[in-house]
Amino acid sequence: MLKLQEVSKVFRVGAFGGKTMTAVDEVSFEVARGEVVSLIGESGSGKSTIGKMVLRLMSAQAGTITFDGDDITKLDKRAYYRKVQGVFQDPFSSYNPIFKADRVFSMIKEVYFPKEDDRVWRDKVASALNDVRLDAGAVTNKFPHQLSGGQLQRLLIARALLLDIDFLVADEITSMLDASTRIDVLNLLADLKLRGLGVLFITHDLALGNYISERTVVLHQGRIVEYGPTEKVFETPEHAYTRKLLASVPQLHRKWEGV
Amino acid sequence: MTLSVQDLRVYYRTLRGEVKALDGVSFDVADGEILGLAGESGCGKTTLGKALIRMDGRMKHVSGRVELDGENLPIGDTVKMNPFRFTEVSIIPQYSMSAMNPTRKIGRMVRELLDSRGVTVDLAELHRRLDLVELSRDVLTKYPLELSGGMKQRMVMVISTLLNPSLLIADEITSALDVSTQKAVVTTLKGFRELGFVKSMIFITHDISLTNQLADTIMVMYAGKLAEKAPADSIVNRAKHPYTQLLISSLPEVGVRYADKKLTGIPGNPPSLLNPPVGCRFQDRCPLAFDKCREEPPAVEVEKDHFVACWKA
Repeated sequence: MLKLQEVSKVFRVGAFGGKTMTAVDEVSFEVARGEVVSLIGESGSGKSTIGKMVLRLMSAQAGTITFDGDDITKLDKRAYYRKVQGVFQDPFSSYNPIFKADRVFSMIKEVYFPKEDDRVWRDKVASALNDVRLDAGAVTNKFPHQLSGGQLQRLLIARALLLDIDFLVADEITSMLDASTRIDVLNLLADLKLRGLGVLFITHDLALGNYISERTVVLHQGRIVEYGPTEKVFETPEHAYTRKLLASVPQLHRKWEGV
Repeated sequence: MTLSVQDLRVYYRTLRGEVKALDGVSFDVADGEILGLAGESGCGKTTLGKALIRMDGRMKHVSGRVELDGENLPIGDTVKMNPFRFTEVSIIPQYSMSAMNPTRKIGRMVRELLDSRGVTVDLAELHRRLDLVELSRDVLTKYPLELSGGMKQRMVMVISTLLNPSLLIADEITSALDVSTQKAVVTTLKGFRELGFVKSMIFITHDISLTNQLADTIMVMYAGKLAEKAPADSIVNRAKHPYTQLLISSLPEVGVRYADKKLTGIPGNPPSLLNPPVGCRFQDRCPLAFDKCREEPPAVEVEKDHFVACWKA
């Protein structure tokens, strides 16, 4: 469904933009319908840049990104965003604090479904909330600060679902959540995948990537160092960098060597 | 015994009333012990760390006694705490990345800091410690801006432990770091204890798997109270408090997959600490809750060194 072919992004850095820095270097991979692909890397590996390019928040310098065979830069933006949406790391800054949180839904209605009947729309919102396992009474008519991080994050996913999306870019969506609610958001993503949604799951946490994804892409300084089925990448990593990463993940039942 | 905390209560003053962020916590930290303090956001772990070194203006010391090396620690009095800070109790703060003065070269900042404590810089010792954390000696002639996140973190670690404090509080120091840097930082901390730079340590984190890599004892807090405290191994393998059990079972580990084993979170949210529920604070989310949970469970020693605050334990 989504395909990246030798995509590169170079930033100009330094006082007068005299230097360049390659954030993403000839990255190619594919995400199929009903598949979660995790993009794993440390800070500065270019993982968020890839997410932003897929969401057309940034343009690629070289290479093409295609969605169902069409070059995404040639598609109408509004039509593209009906199919592809993103959810980001910080649920608290994704909302405008002076408006009620469920305003994100009415904004979708104004932009994409201005002619829809109010009653039909309410049912749609209710079913989207149900899909993300939120109790409508507990989240509607509330300000962002009255809701928990997990609830806000799920509201954003519900917002994306209202657009009948096919593809979701989830950029570190669980890193600001507590351990007890994090897993609910992950399970939700995995359930959506069963309904045919493609997900690009961007994370630095290897355990989370391993939990929900079919395939894993490991990035290091903008380059793909390993790409393959998740169980293969985690059980028999080929690249030294992947092995080093895996060895540094703190695990509950295994102590680090030499600490 | 380095640290002994008895029934500590610290509240936050807000316009809507007092937030009971720390409500009757008692524990001891032995000489040479690393205590891992785990819990979710809002459970009071950072409040506890701050209470032991410096309370900010909104915090109020309500009751409780803290002893460090047999001496009473005047935590409620900002001025009286001054002789203890940095020399007896020291902290590596959550905001290490921005903890250093950006307008001073690091060497000068360290000198000024030590002057304020009436100590002169032992340059040889400083160099030795920089070598230990693998920082080159010229960091002292640099500005904090010139260092990377991991380097700043290590520099702050060296500064915080320079006067060999009895107790070191490390508050979420790894949450902004990459996994490989995380490991290096934890290894260094453990080395600090082995070399006697610090006597004992409280390592605050939300990540139980990480705590288990270095802590001797793990203390789990929930909504301002102690839920369970036991040797790290007992917490991980034989947790008795339902909250600890649920928290551990909701952790995805490398090797656990959604397709094979679906993990579940803990439904509900922690209670508001403005008006916390009477009795056990976990009762609304607890699958085992029964009538008696409306009374407050005391922390009981069920096995040697294993304290649990639950009626069912």
